[in-house]
Amino acid sequence: MTDAAPAFERAPDLPPPASTVGVVGWMRQNLFSTWYNTALTVLALWLIWEAVPPVVAWAFVDADWTGSTRDACAREGACWVFIKEWFGQFVYGRYPIDERWRVNLGAAILVVCAATLFFPRFPWKAWVSVFLLFGYPVVAFFLFSGDVMGLIWVETPLWGGLFLTLVLAIVGCVFALPIGIVLALGRRSRMPGVRAVCVAFIELWRGVPLITVLFMASVMFPLFVPEGLTFDKLLRALIGIMLFQAAYLAEVIRGGLQAIPRGQYEGAQALGLNYWKAMVLVILPQALKLVIPGIVNSFIALLKDTTLVLIIGLLDFLGMIQAAGTNPDWLGFAVEGYVFAGFVFWVLCFGISRYSLHLERKLHTGH
Amino acid sequence: MTVSGDAGGAPARASFWNDPRVRAAVFQILVLGGIILFGVYIVNNTLVNMESRGISSGFDFMTRTAGFDIGMTLIGYDEASSYGRAFVVSLLNTLLVSAIGIAFATLLGFLIGIARLSSNWLISKLAEVYIEIIRNIPLLLQIFFWYFAVLRVLPSPRRSFELADAFFLNLRGLFVPRPVFEAGFAAIPIGFLVGLVAVALVARWARRRREATGEQFPTVYVSIGILAGLPLLAGAATGFPLSWDYPVLKGFNFQGGMTLIPELVALVIALSVYTASFIAEVVRSGIQAVSRGQTEAAHSLGLRPGPALRLVIVPQALRVIIPPLTNQYLNLTKNSSLAAAIAYPDLVLVFAGTALMQTGQAVEIIAITMAVYLTISLSISAAMNLYNRKMALVER
Repeated sequence: MTDAAPAFERAPDLPPPASTVGVVGWMRQNLFSTWYNTALTVLALWLIWEAVPPVVAWAFVDADWTGSTRDACAREGACWVFIKEWFGQFVYGRYPIDERWRVNLGAAILVVCAATLFFPRFPWKAWVSVFLLFGYPVVAFFLFSGDVMGLIWVETPLWGGLFLTLVLAIVGCVFALPIGIVLALGRRSRMPGVRAVCVAFIELWRGVPLITVLFMASVMFPLFVPEGLTFDKLLRALIGIMLFQAAYLAEVIRGGLQAIPRGQYEGAQALGLNYWKAMVLVILPQALKLVIPGIVNSFIALLKDTTLVLIIGLLDFLGMIQAAGTNPDWLGFAVEGYVFAGFVFWVLCFGISRYSLHLERKLHTGH
Repeated sequence: MTVSGDAGGAPARASFWNDPRVRAAVFQILVLGGIILFGVYIVNNTLVNMESRGISSGFDFMTRTAGFDIGMTLIGYDEASSYGRAFVVSLLNTLLVSAIGIAFATLLGFLIGIARLSSNWLISKLAEVYIEIIRNIPLLLQIFFWYFAVLRVLPSPRRSFELADAFFLNLRGLFVPRPVFEAGFAAIPIGFLVGLVAVALVARWARRRREATGEQFPTVYVSIGILAGLPLLAGAATGFPLSWDYPVLKGFNFQGGMTLIPELVALVIALSVYTASFIAEVVRSGIQAVSRGQTEAAHSLGLRPGPALRLVIVPQALRVIIPPLTNQYLNLTKNSSLAAAIAYPDLVLVFAGTALMQTGQAVEIIAITMAVYLTISLSISAAMNLYNRKMALVER
């Protein structure tokens, strides 16, 4: 059968029409598939044309980059000299210039320690984590505030800028986590008394805006403590932020607890583990792993929300920019300040959220 | 609490201290007792502190004269009004900015959410860029930007931006025409109400007929016709007793019309632009949550694209969209408290700010303020729970 030569030679396939492949094909499919898609494309191009060139001209082409006074800003565009001159204050607030190395050192220790955790092969991860959770806050506190080992005392009203923003967000989130775990466990407890207390706490803080919490922290907390005892504004704001954040984290963690299959709880019980052992050894490690993206997202929300502390008079990053904008020598550069602040926050928040997406994919092991 | 199960009925009954019920009871008594003791300690400290600082307590101050003015009021208010009145005025301002913000945020959010799913690559990318930029920048920064960098540098009233000789935007705010209701205007809203009742009746009749005979009735178009037609008829019968009071430039400022103060405008823009980026994501994920098989199944049942969308896709997408959407509305309402930063006279600025400074009664005022927000939040989440229970899929 096969030895007879085929009567017809199969002609080679013709290449697809030029209009369906390559750039042209892609454009036909994604930009000009129908008449209204074409109209939308034209509209979008017009929007881009209207918006992008003026912004680029303002921010780069016509901008002033060199100089040290406002007189250097004579051109049409942005005055980045303003940002350059105030950069130190934006980052450190009113922290004494000679002592800024302490903030840098603290940040460096944090970054180096945290960086080791990203290397999968690093051997002493457990010790580094323990140090970061328990040792580092103490070290950082004494490093930043001083009054020990010959360091001069820097009182907290001088703390400010991006430094203060990060202190508020990181401390608020790290200290809120254990409270959040306890609240989440309490909310799922079988004991009605404990459950009621946890539900009331969580719903109270989640139901009110952060700013009322900060107002409460700044005007009511001083009334709560015995007479004669005062504690400073930063600490009060931190306690308020911590309670607020704990309620949000509790709900995130509860989601993780609910996602653990019943068999895991029953398996832990069948092994004879008591409640706390079952939670700490079996349930929480799985639940927390599940909710890491959720925790990161609520950290991003907190990082953005820490800007509210400027309303109760703490000069955080945005607060410093606002203050610099009202400085009589530098009036009229509010836009540059806001654009810079927006850029910094955007880089931080967008970067963290992308990392969280990556983490989510990496940790997704399924059951 | 160590082990669950039928400890009570087991033959080898655990000793008293190992009985899980006893342990649970003791543990709860300890927790509640600790909380009560802590509460008593705080209340005691507070009372001592207030006495030593000469702060009075109680809610008598609500009837006392406030003595300060408020920049924007929806109901009558002057310096002789009471703190209670100031509270109501500021609460109304909060609700006003939230309501306007929610309306604009929904509109913009749905638009961008749908654009994000567009088959047009450019439109979809633009929507993505908008979402990623806006939601990663703090809201307070955006409010400052709109207020200090945009609205505070607008030209003076004499050189306002204007639209159709009726809308004027300048340093003093946004000036818009004010509707003037003349005698007989009530006929139009009454016509609308009658229309609502008629639509409900028609919808019921159409549903019964469809269930009995299977015949379709164009309920939607008929309803729109009734709702638009009846007020129009009522208006035509009474000769449209509505006129507009246009703002007119007189001297250095505008007279007449309605003035929206720049604080309100900045707050509404910032809140709706910010919340829209979150709503867009909610809408996108809601629509994507309805699998493609649903569309294909609807088509294979013989539904045309319109009814397929209306009867199959949208109801399922809404089930996913509405809970997080409500959550965003709540967030917007709570975020409206940032008004205090640009001096828009909302609840936080007027009541928790000015009134608190004047009376010094921090505990009462903060408690009232928090209670207001808590009431709004809890009532909306209660409504959401009801909705979820009603809409929950009943599986086998």
